Amino acid sequence: MTVIFAMIALVTLAGAIAAMSLRNLVHCALCLVLALGGLATLFLQLEAQFVGLAQILVYIGAVAILIVFAILLTRGSEPPQQPVVTSSWVMGAGVAVLTFGSLAAALLASWVTPAAANPKTDVAADVAVNRIGEKLMTDYVLPLEVVALLLTAALIGAVIIAMQEKGR
Amino acid sequence: MTDFCDQIFVLLAHWLVGTFPVSWRPLVSAIVSVSSIMAVFGLLFGLTTVVERKTIGRIQNRYGPNRVGLPFTELRLFGFGQFIADGIKALTKEDVVPRAADQVVHFLAPLILIVPVFLAFSVVPVGRNMVPIDIDAGVLFFFAVGAGTELAVFTAGWSSRNKYSLLGAMRAIAQMISYEVPLIISTITVVMLVGSLSTVKIVEAQADYSGQLPQWHVFTPWGFAGFVLFLIAAMAESNRSPFDLPEGESEIIAGYFIEYSGFKFAVFFLAEYLGMFAISGMAITLFLGGWTAPLAMLDWLPSWLWFFGKLMALIFLFIWVRGTVPRLRIDQLMHFAWKFMLPMALINIVAAGLWRFLPPGLGRWLVCSAILLVPYFLLGKALMGERRFAKRKYRYAE
Repeated sequence: MTVIFAMIALVTLAGAIAAMSLRNLVHCALCLVLALGGLATLFLQLEAQFVGLAQILVYIGAVAILIVFAILLTRGSEPPQQPVVTSSWVMGAGVAVLTFGSLAAALLASWVTPAAANPKTDVAADVAVNRIGEKLMTDYVLPLEVVALLLTAALIGAVIIAMQEKGR
Repeated sequence: MTDFCDQIFVLLAHWLVGTFPVSWRPLVSAIVSVSSIMAVFGLLFGLTTVVERKTIGRIQNRYGPNRVGLPFTELRLFGFGQFIADGIKALTKEDVVPRAADQVVHFLAPLILIVPVFLAFSVVPVGRNMVPIDIDAGVLFFFAVGAGTELAVFTAGWSSRNKYSLLGAMRAIAQMISYEVPLIISTITVVMLVGSLSTVKIVEAQADYSGQLPQWHVFTPWGFAGFVLFLIAAMAESNRSPFDLPEGESEIIAGYFIEYSGFKFAVFFLAEYLGMFAISGMAITLFLGGWTAPLAMLDWLPSWLWFFGKLMALIFLFIWVRGTVPRLRIDQLMHFAWKFMLPMALINIVAAGLWRFLPPGLGRWLVCSAILLVPYFLLGKALMGERRFAKRKYRYAE
């Protein structure tokens, strides 16, 4: 664990905690962006350029904006009056523990572990942008097409919802 | 001698880094790169503001700044000292923060804006061997850091607690997200043909000459279409006129930075211009051959001179467009992005793919041009609908 990793991890955790505990929803969204940016930096520090930069492009460039718009369009910017810690936290904590547990179990059982445990393997060449592109166009072309179809359907749906109804 | 002139800044940086102990060198090298980017593009920003005011003045039949020279001297320099005076004024002005504003976020917004804008320069090659960081995913890096500016604009607009600034931020985000789509899709063609996301490799792919003529991407049908689409989207991304609705002085006063004054306002101004430089630099890298010379016989001139020459030419184009084209309405802006730019950018991908696999020759030119020109005319005609343009008739009071 290097100093840089410790710094990034600290900032990410602080952002995540602030995103949960602040009163003003827009502040929460901005802190969430900090946590997402920290995660992207972690990916970059692991030499996973494509994943890290895609994380910034998608999460900070698009998802954060979406969250912020959703907050502005659904309620006033005034902070809510009820306390931050409510009874729904028990349920949320249970779901969080279950999710973390299943993810951790899946990761620990996956075939990646032996290779990752060996630091001599050239990880950087394995996650290079070229390799990801080749894999997407050969081995994973069907999932890619399915995702494309799904996104097109979502796009058409959005257009239909936003379309003016001619009849009125 | 030619090589020396070409590499003078690289050699200078190497010498400077070499004077430090080995363990310090990575840090010193980074500081040298960062400070030279900040100094060069900061100075270019200052000069561009004067050039812009003088050019716009010329277009509008007035003088523009022509008095202020260097401080403490009699040198007038045709008014090119104006930006020094402007900078001192911005630094010493009172910084007014509205009482209702969200103090912390209001303070942070200009910082969140300026950092990604400076980061974007780190992958733009400004000359042979002159790129601060050469990473595998350079183009992706450029667009990823560019995504941060949208959030900064929202932060500025929201934290001011002003309806005008929130409206301006909403407009800015809608515009930037809409035009980011054709911007990135028009870039994909270059990445497809070069086969790399590295900006250095993209420039090297255009560095050869066929006879005297360069092999820049802009001199192919798909490259020309891509360059025009990229440039229009770049104007919208950097909120330049005719896409300056987020500022819209006549409707929403100054948009998202209405509640900023003093040096914070200057930072917004700086970020807008630096964003314009960065995206122009990217356009040069992708389509205009980066630092390569336009004719093989002019290759002896230093590479950085060509890059900055092309940059100045593009900046002049931006100023020219600002001085002559009226601002779009918000619905026109959206229609243009989604109904014209996006289909054309998608068709351009098909044209680029065909260009790659057809044998070189006249046939390739005809097929690719037809694929782009026919939809261009059909789409234009369909979107025009029943409207017809004729010479404007003036009616005067009698």
